[in-house]
Amino acid sequence: MPTRSASAAALSVSALAELISTLQARGYQVIGPAVRDGTIVYSPIERLEDLPAGFSMEQEAGACRLVKRNDGAVFGYAAGPRSLKSFFHPAEIKLISAERDNGTFRIVSDAPSPPRTAFIGVRACEIAAVRIQDRVLLEDRYKDTFYETRRAHAFIVAVNCTAPADTCFCASTNTGPRAREGFDIALTEIVDDGRHVFLAEAGSAAGKELLRELPKAEPAAELRKAAEKALQDAAGSMKRRLDTDGLAQLLYDNFDHPHWDDLASRCLCCANCTLVCPTCFCVAVDEASDVDGRSAERWRRWDSCFTQSFSYIHGGSVRHSPKSRYRQWLTHKFASWSDQFGTLGCVGCGRCIAWCPVGIDVTRELAAFRTSPAAVNSQGGSHD
Amino acid sequence: MSSDAKHKPKIAVFKFASCDGCQLSLLDAEEHLLAVAGAVDIAYFPEASRRMLKGPYDIGLVEGSVTTHHDAQRIQQARRQCRTLVTIGACATAGGIQALRNWNDVNEFVSYVYSNPDYIQTLKQSTPIAEHVPVDFELRGCPINKYQLVEFIAATLAGRKPNIPTYSVCLECKRRAAICVAVARGLACLGPVTQAGCGAICPAYGRGCYGCFGPMENPNAKALARRFAELGNDREQILRAFRNFNAWSWQFRAATEEREQQ
Ligand code: SF4
Ligand code: SF4
Ligand code: SF4
Ligand code: SF4
Repeated sequence: MPTRSASAAALSVSALAELISTLQARGYQVIGPAVRDGTIVYSPIERLEDLPAGFSMEQEAGACRLVKRNDGAVFGYAAGPRSLKSFFHPAEIKLISAERDNGTFRIVSDAPSPPRTAFIGVRACEIAAVRIQDRVLLEDRYKDTFYETRRAHAFIVAVNCTAPADTCFCASTNTGPRAREGFDIALTEIVDDGRHVFLAEAGSAAGKELLRELPKAEPAAELRKAAEKALQDAAGSMKRRLDTDGLAQLLYDNFDHPHWDDLASRCLCCANCTLVCPTCFCVAVDEASDVDGRSAERWRRWDSCFTQSFSYIHGGSVRHSPKSRYRQWLTHKFASWSDQFGTLGCVGCGRCIAWCPVGIDVTRELAAFRTSPAAVNSQGGSHD
Repeated sequence: MSSDAKHKPKIAVFKFASCDGCQLSLLDAEEHLLAVAGAVDIAYFPEASRRMLKGPYDIGLVEGSVTTHHDAQRIQQARRQCRTLVTIGACATAGGIQALRNWNDVNEFVSYVYSNPDYIQTLKQSTPIAEHVPVDFELRGCPINKYQLVEFIAATLAGRKPNIPTYSVCLECKRRAAICVAVARGLACLGPVTQAGCGAICPAYGRGCYGCFGPMENPNAKALARRFAELGNDREQILRAFRNFNAWSWQFRAATEEREQQ
């Protein structure tokens, strides 16, 4: 029975196509998952057929492979290599340029205004990550206006995870697999016994209003139950776990643990983990003048605590050794982040595990500190 | 050195054992060349001009490695004539692809290649410039990246530090949103141990990085070599991956020689 009012609804696959065209008609650029270069990654989406129906990704430490599914599920995969960070907090952005002008100089502000963007297929962990970046980039003393403008106009269609990857551990960080807030519409995809439907819930006035436009049915109690069960199964099926209990103190107490040396012997300091992490926000700002000294530009680029220049101050880099850099990353994500911003810096998406070229797995490394905690640090631990 | 100072900095370009590709990158920087030519005096650049002014020079760009006795003397002279000496490219910085001879008997190669080997005088090893004289700055790559070259000149003219990062290619790879070929396809990619500068061209076109820009600031080549083995590469393949344009850089050398002993 069609309905025009409820904030929950059952959508067919063709209604999903209409969701895309309706967003386009409202002037949104639609970004969603698509198969590209052997993975499923956020890309511009024109139509339903661009979505990765019938595909998934098998993810392991240091490996990700595109695989086929036999049920035609559209969202039957978990977090891919890019997150919303790529859109809200761009990898490279020109902040200003300046030109010499009669003995003085003129600031040219030529930043293009970002498009209104709608995202489809956003996972619970990613929404949690966006909330964490909001806290860092908007809710502190200074606002990042570049982030603010990109974030403000975004329309988010979340998809609850029913097919977590082996690298996922959001059940441990309490950030998934179900999206609880921070979306305009949330979908749960159910494919069974010849049915292929999406249970849709509105999470905002804009979402509610958009749902109203789509052909839909009142969701049967049975569909709600099936969705509930799929999400419970997903949470229960996660292979990786992280014991977050007393984690910050564990790391603070083990500042000099020999396991850091073991990590330093494996880690490449390549920075991939921080760049794929949806919460890591660090950037470097560089200025460069041209050859004849007439104009200059100021660029902001993703940076990482794994680079030597990251901790450069007058006289040299503070974190010279790979050991100290790995320790900074892990301690920031799982300990000092809470002191700074009130949450863990990790949402359990598993990207840093899958996209580490040597497969270093934060859940295993953290567990190693638990199994053999070193003696509590003496004051003034090593800085090597 | 400010751009409106009367004195135009004099630049010299010296060539040693190399393919000329790096000098071509300089000539290829067309859109900047006029500005460069206006701001500096290209005093000695035999590849580009017959005009050869005597030294001293403010900046000397050195392409190529040292492979003969004559080279070894010439680089001493070049150093004495240049206030700032910059190596350009993998040959000058690390010995180049020709440093592969360093693990073999060069006389044997010579006897295969030349019909009259007696005329050939060459050193046993191809060595980087820094093994002979102090080097002030390195522009990496095989060949160098023209934007890095222009950036170096612009920075020197403005009296600022060149913005030439020493971290891994992976940062450029992720910033351009390329999909990691090591993770998604299990390819042996040298990106994590290689210095940025090329813009991660090869991974963006679906190939592993070849390491043209040489070792990054703190390369863990041993750990990456272990990973290559886990991915199914045999000893020969691993040695070959690290032994190309920058084989003789001490970091890659140490990793391969250790593996050879295993
Ligand atoms: S630390 Fe790793 S698992 Fe946690 S949010 Fe970042 S990328 Fe995801
Ligand atoms: S872990 Fe490193 S890159 Fe990530 S936010 Fe912390 S300091 Fe920045
Ligand atoms: S943990 Fe992995 S991804 Fe992160 S810097 Fe080390 S090697 Fe690179
Ligand atoms: S493809 Fe190579 S350069 Fe790019 S992130 Fe992966 S390992 Fe690094």
